[in-house]
Amino acid sequence: MNLSPALAITPEVVQEHGLTPEEYEKVKQLLGGREPTLTELGIFSVMWSEHCSYKSSRVHLKRLPTRSRLVVQGPGENAGIIDIGDGWACAFKIESHNHPSFIEPFQGAATGVGGILRDIFTMGARPVAVMDSLRFGPITPAKAAGEGARATPAELHKNHSVLEGVVSGIASYGNCFGVPNLGGETKFEPCYSGNPLVNAFALGLVRRDQIFYAKASGEGNPVIYVGSKTGRDGIHGATMASEEFSEASEAKRPNVQVGDPFLEKLLLEACLEAMQTGAIVGIQDMGAAGLTCSTCEMGGRGHVGIEIELDRVPQRETGMTPYEIMLSESQERMLLVAQKGREDEVFRVFQKWGLDAVDVGRVTTDGKMRVLEHGKVVAEIPNEALTDDAPVYKRPLQRWEPPIPREKPDGIKLAGPGDLTENLKRLLASPNICGKRWVWQQYDSMVQTNTVEGPGAGDAGVIRIKGSQRGLAMALDGNGRWCYLDPRLGAMHAVAEAARNVACAGATPVGATNCLNFGNPEKPYIMWQFSQVVDGMTRACEELEVPITGGNVSFYNETLGEGIYPTPVVGIVGILEDVHQATQPHFRQAGRTVVLLRAGEPGDITDAESEFGSSEYAKEVLGAVWGYPPELELEREAALQKAIVEMIQTGLVESAHDCSDGGLAVALSEAALPQAVGVRVSVASQGLPPEFALFGEDASRIVISCDRDKLSGIQQVAVKYGLSADVIGETVPEQVEIKLDGGVVVSAAVSELREAYESALEKALRTETEVVAAD
Amino acid sequence: MKFGVIIFPGSNCDHDAYWTIQHVARQPVTFLWHESHDLENCDAIIVPGGFAYGDYLRTGAIAKFSPVMDSVRKFAAGGGLVLGICNGFQILCESGLLPGALMRNVGLKYVCKPVYVRVENANTPFTSTCREGEVLTIPIGHMEGNYFCDEATLAELRRDQRIVFRYATPDGDITPAANPNGSLDNIAGICSPGRNVLGMMPHPERSSEPELGCTEGFKIFESLVGAMAEK
Repeated sequence: MNLSPALAITPEVVQEHGLTPEEYEKVKQLLGGREPTLTELGIFSVMWSEHCSYKSSRVHLKRLPTRSRLVVQGPGENAGIIDIGDGWACAFKIESHNHPSFIEPFQGAATGVGGILRDIFTMGARPVAVMDSLRFGPITPAKAAGEGARATPAELHKNHSVLEGVVSGIASYGNCFGVPNLGGETKFEPCYSGNPLVNAFALGLVRRDQIFYAKASGEGNPVIYVGSKTGRDGIHGATMASEEFSEASEAKRPNVQVGDPFLEKLLLEACLEAMQTGAIVGIQDMGAAGLTCSTCEMGGRGHVGIEIELDRVPQRETGMTPYEIMLSESQERMLLVAQKGREDEVFRVFQKWGLDAVDVGRVTTDGKMRVLEHGKVVAEIPNEALTDDAPVYKRPLQRWEPPIPREKPDGIKLAGPGDLTENLKRLLASPNICGKRWVWQQYDSMVQTNTVEGPGAGDAGVIRIKGSQRGLAMALDGNGRWCYLDPRLGAMHAVAEAARNVACAGATPVGATNCLNFGNPEKPYIMWQFSQVVDGMTRACEELEVPITGGNVSFYNETLGEGIYPTPVVGIVGILEDVHQATQPHFRQAGRTVVLLRAGEPGDITDAESEFGSSEYAKEVLGAVWGYPPELELEREAALQKAIVEMIQTGLVESAHDCSDGGLAVALSEAALPQAVGVRVSVASQGLPPEFALFGEDASRIVISCDRDKLSGIQQVAVKYGLSADVIGETVPEQVEIKLDGGVVVSAAVSELREAYESALEKALRTETEVVAAD
Repeated sequence: MKFGVIIFPGSNCDHDAYWTIQHVARQPVTFLWHESHDLENCDAIIVPGGFAYGDYLRTGAIAKFSPVMDSVRKFAAGGGLVLGICNGFQILCESGLLPGALMRNVGLKYVCKPVYVRVENANTPFTSTCREGEVLTIPIGHMEGNYFCDEATLAELRRDQRIVFRYATPDGDITPAANPNGSLDNIAGICSPGRNVLGMMPHPERSSEPELGCTEGFKIFESLVGAMAEK
């Protein structure tokens, strides 16, 4: 793109900026009929990009529930905030950094973490936990279900290196910054080969009465730039995130920003200390669209104007044009408004931490963003033109059917003579289910000494709050394949499972954040998927009483026209009144009673067959995908979650593990592995093929272990909530054994299962290297 | 009797050490700023974990030039108690207070997990509440924890019983499999000739409270408090 200031604005230039001719007409109209300068055009281009303006999603997002008596701040700020009691509040949000992470995995993922952390501490909250939801293309040469061919060695190599780069990027940033990583999820599907998803979640704690907002006010108040200097990196990053990928995307590498976690750590300490002075009026980080976005949004929220002089902006290189300075996405920068006359208090703090802090402008009353260079106006745009007046599209929707059979293909045989123990091991070693130690062991999960439940073992991450009895549980969940088969139902499951994970730790789910990853919204079927997902999420959030307090939308996850599964990822936060009651998912000792707590009854053969086609077993072992996701009755799911929280809080339960990917057999194995406590259970097939009972993924089920004396208490709570709580067996030393209708169908030493589960990921990465080397 | 916890720009376990001393050990404690020479009459200094000055050059390579480390060198020379944890250990090596260096882990990756360390010498101000040969569970979290020194130094460390902790199996066997980072001789922590300076890669402050799943790291703080009381 030619950035010469003298460049005339031709239709081509407008198009290069990602604006349609109609949008350009609207720009002129909003500027009172005049042509924009090139700088102004650049500013409109980023602010009206899909990434910043939500122009395709806004009409749908309005449907999401965003309020409850605990919500202090809903969507529209840097992060959502929930009141968690004892004078504390927590700020949290999840955000995507998909496009940059594909182009430059290490820096893309690192700056994704950096961006979400800034969103948290700009609100005055100290980040106390991060989690990540990651999706990549296949890393094993196994034939992927529903796809024509095996992944090629070149593809495997690419996926491997994206995974390596993303994980070390996240590790490098979070470890240095000093925030514990509590895990998340790592999933693999062919559709993410050209479009990996990197969704970063962060949560921070703030005193209820010390929250800061990204709002400018007070005529004449100084506008102060703090943090890193502005360079030429990341220019048009937001626009890049609003386009599909093509073969030329490699050339966009310079659009990816470079992160400096050390600087961010200093920025955190300096910002929190400066906030304590009482001299700060409002503050916002410079993320997507950098200085442009922070200036017009802070002005817009406060219904004031902001005037800045670019000569005063700290710059990393010489000769930067206004266009470049305004659009740079250099990391680790903040814009704040201070009280006039108290600037020095702010400067002193930043000086102590060795950071730039420069008075770059002032608050005005005219509601405009005015940008000066050498005293001359280079851009003057009403805030509303960039924010509220940005285009909003009600894009066409078209119902869509996935090219997948809805009934079990005839070639697929169940209830055959297959070895179910071997198949269980295969599932435990499959990329989506296997242990992710290789990933999370690279993350510092214990810094800050609050981690009660770290990554790996738990359904949810749990932290204590120092100086309080309370704790917080959090979990991320998404299931792209289910949303592909039925976007509405798949989205309901994502909410339900994340909330169930939090409830299994003993916490009451109170708030949610979402990251909506989709293909090109200009395609009507993609927009239909999006709308369905929002509907499903709305239903589930209402029923489970978890309002959405913020998040983001990532469209255009397509490479060469090939899109991802619609992949909403949900983060849920729950409160533990007493963190000492937090319950873990694994069995603690032999001789305990094992109970399957369940909200529904298994369906008939037709339902069961159709739902089994969406399971991990069907994909991994049978090599096929068909049918629909499992049914989900939200009222009963809500009852299940309330019941498990009540059981845990009254001390009835010793362990609780959500039954999800891989079904009951995998849930029992996962509960057995950490402490090498085995389990012997006996279940009934109810006339269905044995695979359904073992590996079917019926929703709303929890495996619990308890002292035999507590059984009647558990059953009383179950009856109260209309649930069944069947004793299915007991914990034993060292062996996992499952009987079906009286006959043993699975029998393995815990150590064998552990070997399959723990070694699979590293083995896959190693084998892949050998395959490529041999190729 | 007062503890001081140093803050370098980039320290990120400073608050954790402070919390453990204040709320678990229940001792007076203050932060010490890297730019100050004043150790504020502290009786024991903690050099905490983190990424001092970003650790972009080499871990601890910049921190050794800070004014506060000047004072810590003098303090240690006078017999003052200094505990370096993780990045703190790296800084103590760079500053010449302890011999050897901490190289990149053999796996080339950051490793965060609980490990077992065997107490090799219970006769130090940091391990007096432990038994010799006792195995403690304490987490590690580092990229550069691979201890190395030359043969003469290793012989000296062995001879003077200055190897305080070694990575071990839960039963106390010293095996290659128990070594998480490739450290020479499974070394996890060493002390100065006068036994008053200890550097260790594991984080005792991360295993000092029941909420965190383990309390065995607290023995280090307990020992230190005892040693300060005796002084």
